[in-house]
This record gives sequence, structure tokens and C-alpha cells, in this order.
Amino acid sequence: MGGAGRLASLARSVAVPAALLLAWEAVSRLGWVTPLILPSPSAVALRWWAYLTPYQAYDPAAGGRLAWALSGELPHDAFTSLMRIAVGFGVGAGLALPLGLVMGARPLAYELFNPVLQLLRPIPPIAYIPLAILWFGLGNPPAFFLIALGAFFPVLMNTIAGVRAVDAIYLRAARNLGAGEWTLFWRIMIPAAMPYILTGVRVGIGVAFIVVIVAEMIAVNSGLGYRILEAREYFWSDKVIAGMATIGLCGLGIDLGMSRLNGWLLRWHRGVEG
Amino acid sequence: MSAAATEGAAGAGHGGAPPGPPAIRCRGVRKVFSAGGRDVTALDGIDLDVAAGEFVCLLGPSGCGKSTLLNAVAGFSPPTAGELTALGRPVTGPGPERAMVFQEYALFPWMTVERNVAFGLELRGDPPARVLEVVDRLLLKLGLSEFRDRFPKDLSGGMRQRVAIARVLAIDPPLLLMDEPFGALDALTRRTLQDELLRIWAEDRKTVLFVTHGIEESIYLADRVVVMTYRPGTVKRLVPVTLPRPRDPASPEFNALKRELTALVMEEQARHQADEAHATAD
Repeated sequence: MGGAGRLASLARSVAVPAALLLAWEAVSRLGWVTPLILPSPSAVALRWWAYLTPYQAYDPAAGGRLAWALSGELPHDAFTSLMRIAVGFGVGAGLALPLGLVMGARPLAYELFNPVLQLLRPIPPIAYIPLAILWFGLGNPPAFFLIALGAFFPVLMNTIAGVRAVDAIYLRAARNLGAGEWTLFWRIMIPAAMPYILTGVRVGIGVAFIVVIVAEMIAVNSGLGYRILEAREYFWSDKVIAGMATIGLCGLGIDLGMSRLNGWLLRWHRGVEG
Repeated sequence: MSAAATEGAAGAGHGGAPPGPPAIRCRGVRKVFSAGGRDVTALDGIDLDVAAGEFVCLLGPSGCGKSTLLNAVAGFSPPTAGELTALGRPVTGPGPERAMVFQEYALFPWMTVERNVAFGLELRGDPPARVLEVVDRLLLKLGLSEFRDRFPKDLSGGMRQRVAIARVLAIDPPLLLMDEPFGALDALTRRTLQDELLRIWAEDRKTVLFVTHGIEESIYLADRVVVMTYRPGTVKRLVPVTLPRPRDPASPEFNALKRELTALVMEEQARHQADEAHATAD
């Protein structure tokens, strides 16, 4: 695609968002709705900038430039939420992956664990909030628990499906070349199931993202979820929307990163483009 | 039946096979599958000896059990009854001394060409320098050197089957089992690969058991063609092919054999068709 084509493509993809923003701005400026209900996009942008940037002027004595640049409220909130996702997801996926591999490969393990998992799976992680607070109190631990729970099932279910879908011919070929059970597991089943596993990871991260916001609204006093609820207490609608936009951007960033990782890990896979 | 088998072995084309114990020995091999509550006898009373270094084709219409017999020798699916030994040992499971080339290639798609070929050597615990040396040699031999870092999805069917052959040759198995390996290839690629296979076979005289439904292919390749009957699969006729290699498919001798084998296979194909028609009528 040439430069002009790329420009036209860019124009097509920003046309509708730009029109919507303009309409929204007009509606607010004309005073059809009060700023409390729907602040104008320009007001949100200003608030977002204030939320993003440091409170204090740069002071070389206090630390480096990067630390200063990230000392605003938003970077701190975003980092807190992302750290919770990382820990919670790590725990949830870290438990789901080995269990899923064993359940997929061994019918006995599947028969033993499947009933209880099917019983627990339909319960949304949000429903565990009261118990999570009873068990873990307030703060990070209940958030970790809820996020881990949210990430656990998508990774587990996809891993089981992935291992079960491994084409028997790969197992035959590997056995024929002298592979034992352990080799089959590590060098055949896991890579062959990787497309499914990564789908589970992607869904799991999505769920973790939802759960972290809810957990922060209820069980913890920091992070993006906490911040937008706090802003509502003060009727700072512009800050609520700025926080929501931040959540959206973080999610988009994670998804793009995952998509890149997927593309690289599955570069051997037929279904993956470029 | 075993008398016929011995007679066939004596007529083996290359004539240089040492009179040792057979590489494959089947006695009364029978295989019954249970499918949908019904027992289907896929193989019955198979008596067959394949001499060391011999190239034998199993020929017959689909449903004649030729792949079943090959899978039994490979150790994927043990016979229901009978005696089956390979390289002097009873077959109890799959093993690298009886390496298989599959029609569907069965390359590991997540491994590059190089990793695929190295797989069996790594499993055996060969030192990395030795693995590299063998892989280099085989990639060169099969014209794959420039594709070593490609993934199987980026290769043509012919190239994939070359990789599968290289992967098997890497572990230097005395017995090579091939399940319609060239069945999915176009005619020209098939001929090229047949010639390469014969060249490789002429170099190190592995024992080859080759399943095909291609009459011409079996005459082109084999020392001996085992024509099998349709369900239950039994040995219908052992046909030695004594034409000198390279064989000319246009020669009168080749065509005489082709006529003979076609007549034998078509008898079984007719039974297969009748069976299909019967199944449809049900």
C-alpha cells in the first residue's frame, strides 16, 4: 500500500470517532446536558492531562526525570491495577495450565476433576467478593484472589480443549521416533495445544481486566477502579470518564501486546496472518 | 501360504540379500476391529516373510488391510492373534528401528525443517555436533538445505514428504515403513521422490515395507509385490518383480506385469464395490 493509500485508510478509521467527538462536544457546548451528566470531551481531555501529569515541578534533588514524569496520579493508578492483573493472572494461569494439561491428556484426571470444575465455573468471580473479603480482608490479597479466579477458568478450559484436539498422528510420529511420555508431553502436546492455550490466555486477561476494576471498586482503596468510584463521590464526571478512557487504553495496549506475542509464538501456525 | 512366501523371497530382485533371519515375519496374523457393535476382520491368516534389505510393496484396494498390517508392524496397533516379529523380536510397541513415513507427512508444524529432522536424533541423546552433522548431510541429500529454517506450512507437499523421509533416515532405522507416502503428490513429484527413495535404498539397503494402491508404483519400486484381498485382508498373491532397475514403465515386461497385477487388484476392487453397494442398500 502506498503513502496515499495509507493516509486514506487512516482517514477512514478516524472519521467516525472524530464525528462522534465533535457531536458530543457540540451537545455539551450548546448546554443541552449539564457537565455533571456529560462533560464535554475537551473538559475530559483537560482533566485527563491533569490526572496524568505530575503535581509538582521537576526537582532534581527528589529523583530522576522518569520518576518525576510518572509521579502523577494516573501512572500510579494504572501501574497499581496492572500489577494486580499481572500477579492475579500469573497465579490463576499458573494453576490452570498444568491442571489443564493433565486433564486434557489423562482421562482419569478429567473424570475426577471435571464435575467439580463444571459446578464452579458458572459462578462469576464477582460473586466471590464477599467471601474474598471475609477470607483475605481488604487490600491486595482479595484482589489477587478474584483476578486469579477470573483468569483460571478460561485458561483451564482452553488448555483442556487444546490438548484433546492434538492430532493423534503427531503422537504416533513422535512415539515412532522413540519419544517417551515426558517428551510427548513437553515437545508435542504443549506446542500442538498452543493455539488453544493462547486463546485461553487472551480471554483470561480480558476477564482479569474486568475483575480488577470491580475488585478495586469494592475491596481495595487504590487503582483505576477505585479512582473512578472516588471521582463519582465528588461528582467529577470528567475524571470518571478520564479514568474509563485510561482503562480502555490499558486494555487496548495489553491486547496489542498479546496479539504480537501470539503472532510470534504461532508463526508456524497456518491460521495466523503475517 | 508360507511356501509361496519363501518362493517369493527367493525371487527377490536385487538377489544380494544375505540369507539371514527375515526382517519381518508374520505367521497367522489376524486383526479384528470392533466398530459400532460389529466385529470387522481387517486381516486374517497373514503369513509373510520380508528378507533383510528387501523392498516389498503391499498392494490392494482400500479396505484390504494393507495399512492395518503396516500399523501392526510399526507397533501402533497390535494384531488380535498370530505371531509378528520384526528384526528378530516380537513387536510390542512402536520403536525407532521401525520408522514410519506417513501419507499425511505428520511433520511437527511448530518445528522448523531442521528441528523436525533433528527430533529423533535428539531423543536418542546424540551429541549436538553429531545431530548437526547428520541433519546437514540429510538436508543436502534431499535437496532441503535452503529450507532448513522454514516451517512445514511454507513447504509444498513434495518438500514436506522429503522432510518426513529425512526425519526418518536421520535415525538410520534398519526397517522403513511407508504408508502411501506419495499418494497425495502430483505425478511428476511422485516419480522424482520414487527415484530418490530407490537411490537411498540402493545406498544403504534398508528393508522397506511400502503400502500403496498404485499398481505402477508397486512395480516401479518393489522387489516383491504382495497383492492383498479385500476384507478380510489376506495375501492373495506374491508377485516377484525381477526387472532390472531403473525400470521403464513403458517396457513390454513392465506392462505385462501391470496387466497381471491390475487383473488381481481389480478382482478385489470389484468385491469392494459390491460391498459398498450392499452397505448403501442397507
